[in-house]
Amino acid sequence: MSDTPDVSIQQTSTLSRLRLTWTAAIAGFILLIWILLAVVGPWIAPHGEAEIISPQTFAPIGEGGILGTDKLGRDVLSRLIYGVRTTLSLALITTIITFVFGVALGFAAAILKGGFDIVVSRIVEAFMAFPSTMLALVVIGAFGTSQTVLVLTVGLVMSTSVFRVSRALGYDIGVMDFVEAARARGEGTWWILTREILPNCMAPLIAEFGLRFTFSILFLSGLSFLGLGVQEPAADWGLMVQENVGGLFLGSSAALIPAACIASLTVSMNLLVDWFQQRQQGETVLEKIDE
Amino acid sequence: MNTILTIKNLRVEGRPPGGAYVPIVRDVSLSVKKGEVLALIGESGSGKSTISLTAMGFARPGCRIAKGEVWLNGRDIMQIPPAERHALRGDEVSYVAQSAAASFNPALRIGRQVIEAPLWHGRADASSLTQQAKTLYRKLDLPNPDTIGDRFPHQVSGGQLQRLMAAMAMSCSPDLLILDEPTTALDVTTQVEVLKAFKGIIHDQGTAAIYVTHDLAVVAQVADRILVLKNGEIVEEGATEQILHEPQHDYTKTLMAAVRPAPHLLPQPAPAAETPPPVLSARNVTAAYGAVTILHDVSVDVPKGSVVGVIGESGSGKSTLARVIAGLTPLKKGTVTLEGQTLPHNVKDRGRQTLQDCQIVFQMADTALNPRQRIRDILGRPLEFYKGLKGQKRSERIAELLELVDLPPSFASRYPGELSGGQKQRVNLARALAAEPKVILCDEVTSALDTVVAAGVIELLKSLRDRLGISYIFISHDLSTIADFADQIVVMQEGRVVDQGPAEQVFRPPYHPYTKLLLTSVPKMRQGWLEEVQAGRDATPSHLVQG
Repeated sequence: MSDTPDVSIQQTSTLSRLRLTWTAAIAGFILLIWILLAVVGPWIAPHGEAEIISPQTFAPIGEGGILGTDKLGRDVLSRLIYGVRTTLSLALITTIITFVFGVALGFAAAILKGGFDIVVSRIVEAFMAFPSTMLALVVIGAFGTSQTVLVLTVGLVMSTSVFRVSRALGYDIGVMDFVEAARARGEGTWWILTREILPNCMAPLIAEFGLRFTFSILFLSGLSFLGLGVQEPAADWGLMVQENVGGLFLGSSAALIPAACIASLTVSMNLLVDWFQQRQQGETVLEKIDE
Repeated sequence: MNTILTIKNLRVEGRPPGGAYVPIVRDVSLSVKKGEVLALIGESGSGKSTISLTAMGFARPGCRIAKGEVWLNGRDIMQIPPAERHALRGDEVSYVAQSAAASFNPALRIGRQVIEAPLWHGRADASSLTQQAKTLYRKLDLPNPDTIGDRFPHQVSGGQLQRLMAAMAMSCSPDLLILDEPTTALDVTTQVEVLKAFKGIIHDQGTAAIYVTHDLAVVAQVADRILVLKNGEIVEEGATEQILHEPQHDYTKTLMAAVRPAPHLLPQPAPAAETPPPVLSARNVTAAYGAVTILHDVSVDVPKGSVVGVIGESGSGKSTLARVIAGLTPLKKGTVTLEGQTLPHNVKDRGRQTLQDCQIVFQMADTALNPRQRIRDILGRPLEFYKGLKGQKRSERIAELLELVDLPPSFASRYPGELSGGQKQRVNLARALAAEPKVILCDEVTSALDTVVAAGVIELLKSLRDRLGISYIFISHDLSTIADFADQIVVMQEGRVVDQGPAEQVFRPPYHPYTKLLLTSVPKMRQGWLEEVQAGRDATPSHLVQG
């Protein structure tokens, strides 16, 4: 009675085992730069966050500051560097709130089933029926515009879709034989959830996390643009677009630069998520083309 | 010159995602003549399906035909452009897949799918093709040949669907037919019908055929020549007679030895001593999913240290019985007792000792092991959970368990994905053994395994019974395995027990009609069996066959 010989474990470096495609490598590089800037930003920014450096407003690139000045004569580059921190950290906190609520409720619904599932699902569907921006506008309008309210509102509004995803995943994996085996062994709900179901949901959940992160950057920037998000004098990319949109008619690029930065962040995040998802499913598109 | 297909020095390579190419099939040459059936046999992973696909000039995604020539009807189809090769498929060569249920489009009527290929190749118009298809349905013994084409795939049975798939493959009257394990997913009783239909149609049309399977008894019925494969290489080739009766190569001999004797060739057993008291007993169990009753008034006793075999076709409620005993499916009426104690219906209400004493092993080892846990954690958890073993003691016991199921201790650090099917099933068993139970419920544990591997698992179960005195409920649709292994037999049909008793009584005349039907449906390892069965069936009054 012989079984197959030992599966050889490939000895390769961590980097090559990641199987990065060039798109993912570029996207990862851009994200790394932004994260680095968010950490060390205040020490390398040439001027202060709200410091007015020039009497000339909407100065073109190269005059006043390296990237020009905004509507009050502040340095666009410095505000951009300070803004990374606000934009990234708010987006991160929002996404974490989204996931804590969405995943906890989604898995609870999938495991407890019955009445709990029905009640929570219908409430979530009711929330999903409203356009999310409208919903956020109403809540922020009612509670005022502090960063706490902002983050909580956006987090909760976005958690509805995470709820749907994790509920579906929970249902799918909850009927697998190894979960049944755990149930037959007499394991409790908590063990089944954390040891049997959750580890098998990680790949789709991480992909979902990347997507939600992108959406929350867009959502928060959108709210800032509407004047309901981050308030001056704090710097935020969405807010910077809104402040300087008037400068477009004067030929200033002060609104375009933060907009491009938002785009670079979201596009990079999406590329990374694409790569991760394809890698989980087997081969990436670029690897197939390579063939 | 009537050779339809010749394959010369074929080499197929495949690769894991992102990895390098490794050979799957090495230096294989074969040829098939008109009207001849060539069988490819071997364990899973021996490359038999891959070879059969190359007869169409096709390799699965992630694989490539690296070297070799494929001559179909006198031309090398590897040299012609892909578009021309595409035009061959379904026209000169066609393919019948293992699972017809997964291959039919559930949203379209069957008739439309059957005539799709000839219509696409522009052979004739739809109405005349439908007429031809009806002739095919008749030849394949399908019920209501005039109207069956108007049904949807879910409205016919699995065996009928498999035959309809053959009709689809034959609709272009191809020169070569490839059958990839077409009866593996079917019950024995259905398998006979499908085999007969296949054999008839191949004979009628004079088609050449490649028949891929791991079931030697099936091969004996349909094949003219046999090609034995192992790890992508040809081990032995010869006429069916020769391979079955005078195998030359050691591997072929192993394969033949792993085939169990047919049930009524069993030697007369010694009269059993007094049966010990039952360790597990299910009384008058009725269970239902919603309004559909799955089990009607089923009673089963498992004496200590014995094996109770439960047989029946799919849908007869065998698995539900195991789930009810394990408490995973609630029962409506009846009781389950373990060593005289009545068990609560729901697994949540059962005490830890009860749970420990009665373990269940699921059919599919692939899905029964959590892919994200190492073998160490899979086996360690029941040790920790039931016995509170930790640290050094725990790892010692894991090594013992692995040894018990004939696996090296180094496997502890592996993930299930790094194991073969048979190894996974052993781990699956070891997990049940970790609890040191009194009863193990085995739900089709050998059904997904190859003959040789399955024989190994059965040997293991036997030795555990003898050494540790474990009792089993062994559910299977494979009668040969059960007849060899079980002391008591329960025959189930549509949720009811139709026959029950010691193995020597159930498998000896006078038979219960349904048991007889099951017994006569198990293919024998000799040629001409299929024809005998058919003759026998035609003579038997039909009400007996229906059970």
